Amino acid sequence: MIIATLAFYLFAIVAVISALNVIFQRNPVHSVLWLILTFFNAAGLFVLLGAEFVAMILVVVYVGAVAVLFLFVVMMLDINITVIREGFLKYLWVGATIGVILLAELAVVFGGWVMSPDAQKLRTAPAPAPDALSNTEALGSLLYTNYAYLFQAAGLVLLVAMVGAIVLTLRRRPGVRKQNIHDQVNRRVQDTLEIVKVETGKGVS
Amino acid sequence: MSFELSSLMPALPEIFLAIAAMAFLMLGVFRKDDSTELLSWLGVAAMAVTGFLVLRGPDAAVTFSNLFIVNGFTSFAKILVLMGAGLTMLMINSWAKQAKTARFELPILVLFATLGMMMMISANDLISVYLGLELQSLSLYVLAAYHRDSIKSTEAGVKYFVLGALASGLLLYGSSLVYGFAGTTTFAGLAEAMRGGEPHIGVIVGIVFVIAGLAFKVSAVPFHMWTPDVYEGAPTPITAFFSVGPKIAALCLFLRVLVGPFEPMIEQWQQVIILISILSMLWGSFAAIVQKNIKRLMAYSSIGHVGYALVGLVVGNEEGARGLLFYLLIYLFMNIGTFAVILSMRVNGRYVEEISDLSGLAKTRPGMAMALGALMFSMAGIPPLAGFLGKFYIFVAAVNAGFVPLAIIGVLASVVGAFYYIRIVKVIYFDEPAAAFDKPDMVNGAIMALCSILMLVYFVAPSPLVNGAEAAARALFLG
Repeated sequence: MIIATLAFYLFAIVAVISALNVIFQRNPVHSVLWLILTFFNAAGLFVLLGAEFVAMILVVVYVGAVAVLFLFVVMMLDINITVIREGFLKYLWVGATIGVILLAELAVVFGGWVMSPDAQKLRTAPAPAPDALSNTEALGSLLYTNYAYLFQAAGLVLLVAMVGAIVLTLRRRPGVRKQNIHDQVNRRVQDTLEIVKVETGKGVS
Repeated sequence: MSFELSSLMPALPEIFLAIAAMAFLMLGVFRKDDSTELLSWLGVAAMAVTGFLVLRGPDAAVTFSNLFIVNGFTSFAKILVLMGAGLTMLMINSWAKQAKTARFELPILVLFATLGMMMMISANDLISVYLGLELQSLSLYVLAAYHRDSIKSTEAGVKYFVLGALASGLLLYGSSLVYGFAGTTTFAGLAEAMRGGEPHIGVIVGIVFVIAGLAFKVSAVPFHMWTPDVYEGAPTPITAFFSVGPKIAALCLFLRVLVGPFEPMIEQWQQVIILISILSMLWGSFAAIVQKNIKRLMAYSSIGHVGYALVGLVVGNEEGARGLLFYLLIYLFMNIGTFAVILSMRVNGRYVEEISDLSGLAKTRPGMAMALGALMFSMAGIPPLAGFLGKFYIFVAAVNAGFVPLAIIGVLASVVGAFYYIRIVKVIYFDEPAAAFDKPDMVNGAIMALCSILMLVYFVAPSPLVNGAEAAARALFLG
């Protein structure tokens, strides 16, 4: 039990620190690297909660794909921080006003916080038999039976997204040298090399 | 849990269309030479088969654990969508050949968009609504930006994408509120939850967000800002597709969502729909007056038509639904015909799209002028053309249900609308001839002839289609 508590505080503290670093870093590449650390810690927290599927997905999808995509974007776009920081003071009051309003709204919301009596009942009656099924299994058995239609539809949406990306970006430019392994392997010496016997004092014309 | 193959039968048309689209995609990728034309014809054939399967499908069924529903209403709406998509596919094919921008993904994306529309119409759960809508919209965003080398087309694509994503966000937010307060996303469950006494304020807010998201998809005022730019920027046959397919599908979805699960809250949503309906009718009429580009004009015209169709939704009973469905049917053929004319506006192989380019069309191309004249009179709602009958059924439903002021505003707005439609007829018949257009190709010529003749002679025997719309409306209210 004590180990779980310790692990929780470790993950939580590192998560908070790395999340703060994401916004305070000057170099956007460093920000992304801190973001990856945040994701890992969040995954650790999920494992502690017993939600191992979400933890795996977080690592696979967010760390593996999203963060790498961010890295690509950040490295490809040449972002000049000093230009972005220009006019910071000029617009500060706008941002500050919005922030204060949001804070006031939050205060109002938390002030009027009421717990529905039904919610308590739901908490005492958790999802069916958590010990019998691991949550990966439970999700899978729902997703591939009751929600098979939605699963397939989501697949089609992704297919269209891929086709669309290719339609809008793929172009065949003439004059680009591409690797053609068949041609390379089948090249013969006679086609490319010519052996010339150069007589002394004449040179090659 | 046992699985039976027969449980897939209600969704057979959609499954067929999805598999066909994917098979054609493979064909396009692996064939060496350009296969746009082949795939377009195959696509039309696939749509015809899908339509046949829709007609032969079960009368009423739900499947996929209540996520998917089939009844007389969905079949009628799907047939409309498939007709619109099939006709525009023919136009897209002939255009791609002339404009030399053919790429085989074009028919594939149209097929996927059509599939999305059919899934929207058959959705029986808020999640399936969203996924169908997204499948449709994503394909349409790409189609809008299809001319990626033209600034206008890419602008249209980006605008459509950003605003469309915003609308999807609104819809999702609304759905999550509804789910949070009603505890379910299935239509049947929602209807039951709504019937149980005074609705919670959270549900009402959620429904307003859902309506906002759907109003964006049908481009009703005040969520119409994207329409003129997207219509103008997108390639013309794709604009034709935008103006029929997604509109019909989204209006049918609107109808299903509001008179299905949210029917008990009719007092709450009726006021919202009345407002957007009046605004759309008025804005569609007045803003169109100053337009010079015919595609922009068609955009405002479609906004106005959505306003009239929404009057049928306001009524919220069987008669209103019948009026709406019948209106959509007429609107489909009017719009397709008009776009076939716009696609034939070519001078020496170059496409033109200003209204002034049409001057004196009656002297240079009398046949085309006559077709466009008939379509414009029909759009304006001059009796006895088909467009008049469409408006007539809608307004009669409104008057019978006691919405007399709304019907009066609608009639007045359509008088204003008649001004700019008939101005086009004036430009065609009485202005000095401009440069003569090229001879329209066979497909466009056939489509415009078919649509204009349908508009002209439809009043002779309106009953079969009206009865069809009525049967569909009845099926909608049965459950």
